[in-house]
Amino acid sequence: MTKHTASHSKNTFKSHLLNHMFGSAYKLSLFIFVCIILLLTTYHFTAPKIAHEQREAMLKTFHQILPPPLYNNIPLEDTLIILDPTQLEQLGSEAPVTVYRARKDNQPAGLIFQVEARNGYSGHISLLMAVLPNGHISGVRVLTHRETPGLGDKIEAQKSDWILSFNGRTIQANNPNDPRWAVKKDGGEFDQFTGATITPRAVIAAVKKALLFVQQSGESLYE
Amino acid sequence: MSNTNSAESTPAPTRWQAYKHIMDNGLWKNNQALVALLGLCPLLAVTNNVVNGLSLGLATLAVLLISNGLISLIRNHVSSDIRIPVFVAIIATAVTMIDLLMNAYLHTLHGILGIFIPLIVTNCAILGRAEAYASKNTLDKALVDGFFMGLGFLFVLVLLGALREMIGNGTLFEHAHLLFGDIAQNWTIHFSDNYQGVLLAVLPPGAFIGLGLLIALKNVYDAKKTRNHNNALGIPIAITTPSTPNSNQTVSNSP
Repeated sequence: MTKHTASHSKNTFKSHLLNHMFGSAYKLSLFIFVCIILLLTTYHFTAPKIAHEQREAMLKTFHQILPPPLYNNIPLEDTLIILDPTQLEQLGSEAPVTVYRARKDNQPAGLIFQVEARNGYSGHISLLMAVLPNGHISGVRVLTHRETPGLGDKIEAQKSDWILSFNGRTIQANNPNDPRWAVKKDGGEFDQFTGATITPRAVIAAVKKALLFVQQSGESLYE
Repeated sequence: MSNTNSAESTPAPTRWQAYKHIMDNGLWKNNQALVALLGLCPLLAVTNNVVNGLSLGLATLAVLLISNGLISLIRNHVSSDIRIPVFVAIIATAVTMIDLLMNAYLHTLHGILGIFIPLIVTNCAILGRAEAYASKNTLDKALVDGFFMGLGFLFVLVLLGALREMIGNGTLFEHAHLLFGDIAQNWTIHFSDNYQGVLLAVLPPGAFIGLGLLIALKNVYDAKKTRNHNNALGIPIAITTPSTPNSNQTVSNSP
């Protein structure tokens, strides 16, 4: 008799525990489900606006480095994706690089692409640069960097005019050792910053390499 | 924490007195940044100017309001074994929603604050309020608590941001247009045309030093207040039992 009661209560305990477990699991999934619905709704309503803002932000940077009167197509929709490892090496990038092509009446008007300077003072410096069909630089801007505030961050257009010193520059045909492409301390034509020479050196080297790449590739980048 | 709990469980005679009590706690007595020292990672990282501090403060305030409100609403339907995962899911949802909304409507600012918006989810102050307060109180009190706790946190962010921006940059309200739109283009105050700035204030150590100073100021003020209060009652300072170890130290050290 006692044995029977014991096993009976054990069973009730077991079923009670199972009920409790499934009840909790059910409730937890219900809450998670509601959260997912909330997130999907927010995403659904904000996604188009976010895409639009990203596009606008990109166009704004494009306008800074390639004057809008120079082209009349939509470079964001005329792209070439570079996948070749040796070419990517010249752009300093490990991931595929998208080249945005500006044209005026279907004639080449400029190339806009992202370049990574890998040897900054602290980590990579991402740059966006525009090159005209004649091999001259139209403009360069820093997208992201982690250089020291107050010293290396003078590469930002907001902080100093230094980045504008690239405008209109070109490089001697196929000469990677063009002496002008260095800071003044190294015998070149670019200013260095007091207390931070590594940062401008890295930016200059990256832009030079990318410019050589454009020069070597020539018209093929517009095809 | 023990101080907080005992303060919160004291029965308040009327609703408004209860709200006032919550307000005092959120803004001063149990300020999440100055007393509880919670959420310091974003606090120290983004406060290099007022606008960044204000933006992150507003985002945190919004998350606290949403999470406190929702958690108070469901508090009687969640058993204690699953409450933490449910709270985490709610907080993560609130943060992701704020993140998406900021990305859509304050795009540039979202780019500057970057990772620190999603990181609000790890701000212990939010889970702390959910667990310690919202899960035990009615909706109205939970909302008031979320609002004032968030406001207290926001004040510290703005104050520290202002301090660092003034010393480090010689300006105030730089980039205000990122938060307030084009009308704020000219809000930036420049204190001097030739100010070079103290770099230390903008760098991470400046954040620690600034926060340390704010905490010290608060403790000095509190200690002074306790002392005056006791003197008025005619009780000698030496035998009073101050509420926190910090103020204890300050009182006994002062002349």
